[in-house]
Amino acid sequence: MTPVIDIAGLVKTFGTTRALDGLDLSVEPGEVHGFLGPNGSGKSTTIRVLLGLLRADGGRAALFGADPWRDAVALHRRLAYVPGDVNLWPNLTGGEAIDLFGALRGGLDETRRARLLDAFDLDPAKRCRTYSKGNRQKVALVAALAADVELYVLDEPTSGLDPLMEATFTDCVRELRDAGRTVLLSSHILAEVEKLCDRVSIIRAGRNVEAGTLAELRHLTRTAVSADTERPVTGLAGLPGVHDARVTGTRVAFDVETAALESALRHLLPFGVRALTSTPPTLEELFLRHYAGAR
Amino acid sequence: MTGLAGTRRLTRLALRRDRVQLPVWLAALTLLEYGSAVSIVEGYADPAERTAFVVTSANNAALLAFNGLVSGDSVGATIASQVLLIMLVGAAAMSTLTVVRHTRQNEETGRAELIGSAPVGRHAPLTAALIVAAGANLVLGVLAALALVACGLPAGGSAASGVAVAGTGIAFAALAAIAAQLTSGARAANGLAAAAIGAAFLLRGVGDATGDVRGVRVDPGWASDLSPIGWAQRIRPYDGDHWIVLLPLLALTAAAAAAAFALAARRDLGAGLLADRPGPPRAGRGLRSPLGLAWRLQRGVLLGWVVAVVVVAAGMGGVGDAVGDVVASSDAVADAIGRLGGGGSPVDAYFAAVLSLVGVAVAGYAVQALQRLRTEEGGPLEPVLATATGRPRWLAGHLLIAAAGVVLLLAVAGATTGLVYAAATGGNWHLTGTLTAAALVRAPAALVLAGFAVAAFGLLPRLVTAITWAVFAACLLLGQIGQLLNLPAAVLDASPFSHVPAAPVAPVTAAPLVVLTVVAAALTATGFAAFRRRDIG
Ligand SMILES: Nc1ncnc2c1ncn2[C@@H]1O[C@H](COP(=O)(O)OP(=O)(O)O)[C@@H](O)[C@H]1O
Ligand SMILES: [Mg+2]
Repeated sequence: MTPVIDIAGLVKTFGTTRALDGLDLSVEPGEVHGFLGPNGSGKSTTIRVLLGLLRADGGRAALFGADPWRDAVALHRRLAYVPGDVNLWPNLTGGEAIDLFGALRGGLDETRRARLLDAFDLDPAKRCRTYSKGNRQKVALVAALAADVELYVLDEPTSGLDPLMEATFTDCVRELRDAGRTVLLSSHILAEVEKLCDRVSIIRAGRNVEAGTLAELRHLTRTAVSADTERPVTGLAGLPGVHDARVTGTRVAFDVETAALESALRHLLPFGVRALTSTPPTLEELFLRHYAGAR
Repeated sequence: MTGLAGTRRLTRLALRRDRVQLPVWLAALTLLEYGSAVSIVEGYADPAERTAFVVTSANNAALLAFNGLVSGDSVGATIASQVLLIMLVGAAAMSTLTVVRHTRQNEETGRAELIGSAPVGRHAPLTAALIVAAGANLVLGVLAALALVACGLPAGGSAASGVAVAGTGIAFAALAAIAAQLTSGARAANGLAAAAIGAAFLLRGVGDATGDVRGVRVDPGWASDLSPIGWAQRIRPYDGDHWIVLLPLLALTAAAAAAAFALAARRDLGAGLLADRPGPPRAGRGLRSPLGLAWRLQRGVLLGWVVAVVVVAAGMGGVGDAVGDVVASSDAVADAIGRLGGGGSPVDAYFAAVLSLVGVAVAGYAVQALQRLRTEEGGPLEPVLATATGRPRWLAGHLLIAAAGVVLLLAVAGATTGLVYAAATGGNWHLTGTLTAAALVRAPAALVLAGFAVAAFGLLPRLVTAITWAVFAACLLLGQIGQLLNLPAAVLDASPFSHVPAAPVAPVTAAPLVVLTVVAAALTATGFAAFRRRDIG
């Protein structure tokens, strides 16, 4: 099967800025692909090249096996897009904007439109200028998700959404995956991608740093644990998969690889755990740890 | 006062953003004042002719309504009666756009939110906008006064002229500040402020037209007392210099500014005091295509232009008869109008001259309408082009509306002028068709500017606003005062309008119109090709 997205060695420069510097990205049909990278790493630029909005300076980019620059119009009938920075027409209502995008793409699914408006709790009769950032994001999401297409390109789609709406969005993407659709989901939040994606590509400064299934990337995801115990903890530093153990009196803090989480917690129990917090690592921490100076 | 913290920085930021626009405004208005003054100094050197001209102007209601208050027959006073009004309206328009740009437009685009989160006082953005607008008007006042002094006019009257211009501009800046609090969109705020300018213009027109005429002086009727523009005219430059009229202007400015600040303190960032009504939750049939979207985005601007063109053209038609008399009474005017219009009967020469001006103005509509291209590119264009809408189709939608608008506006201008002239003279109905056709002769030249805007959008998107307006201003100035300044033919020929046959007075030949159309098409094609090849953003 030809990949839906096939990018190899992609280069894009803006003046002296090298936004993409030999980027690779491959997305198979039916997969939800996480496209991770810190702000300014080149995610939106990659997507704009894929949509034929920017012309690549080097490398190869194929969408459905065709050239996204030359065959833009035909390819766009098969995809829906949520931009990273949603701008709408101040004088149009949200409902008008949704219908307009639908019509320009070649039609939208009416029942899906109604269901999504309801799920996202969006008032379509309001003028776009009166919407908050989160509501503008919802307009773009409803417009894209109401389309019945093969590929959904979502550029940081949850920015500005509250946690409840993020959950709604998560459900929507799961439905798409169950229906066999392909999704490219860009994000700078590791946890969001972990929840939804089959495979992940991680980029930084326009270059790949990792790609693979989430299981393959497990070694990247460490959890930060801190606990309050009755007696000072000893012997933690020697455990496999535990890093940066710091014991001060009855407080202990350490990072642990996901695979070693259970054994580390077992080790704590005999010391009398009074309080425990664990935080998943942010992408930024992960980069600091693994790729400091990788530039 | 902490409410003003950061004003200095915001003022500098606003000045930086306006570094092209404001100088263009100031240069254009100053040149207009200077060029008109020169033409009157040269055209009416003979006092008897001048007095005859002034008496005719004072006794024609339509001339009074559209040209301005007549007060005195010295060279300076004659100039004031012909240009002061345009300068007052120009200053008011410059103020409105400046204030709205740095207040409501910032809120609409979300820039103000960013600024608001920095250590910036609540009243700082409005204060900064008013400072910039007031500063621009003060500079304009000084430049206008210097332009008059440069023509050898007395310093006192020149200063009074400059002060009237600056004072009116500043008063309308304060009024625009109120408009910016009321609406939640920048366009609506500009529209509201433009309506205020229009109302002030019309009230003063009614007052002047219904005033008492005493020789070479007119005492306007009461309607003029309701208009800030009416007050400013009453400074009567070179005819007594009544500085006292500054007092009501200053009082209005203070009251309007205070009201704007009070309103700003009562509302949330981004909200307007006039509530946004809910709109249709579904898109109508007409909106569901690139052309439908372009129409929806452009129709407000076009409607505004239609109204303006009807009003101005009615005025042009209304004064036509009187102009014939004036021209007949003065060799110098006949000569000047003849040069602009190319010879023939005085009335036809007059119509040719005003229709040429309308042609350039309508090109201004095309340039304004096509600014939308860049606005859209900074806004929702990206997701639109990510649908099955190709770039040419999107661009063609906007161009089609702009081009059709040019043709419509010219036809409306010609037809209105002809109808009102026929009604005023009680006959000559056949002139309506002649003038409509004559107006449409200007279409190819106006479309050259539209084509230029498309080419600039394709080739130099970042500079499109600055260069299209600069080229438009150059065409306007070359057409109005290029000959009076004795510029070389090569410079004059650079403007497409220099090649338009001066219908209805001169015969219409096909060759220049065909060439202009080909140039317009070539520029458009260049723009399309470049736009297809470049990055979006
Ligand atoms: N139109 C542009 N002009 C100049 N630089 C740009 C442009 N678009 C993006 N960049 C630069 O390219 C880099 C990648 O940006 P982007 O793709 O938006 O990153 P991301 O979406 O991952 O946050 C950044 O350094 C950004 O400043
Ligand atoms: Mg981005």
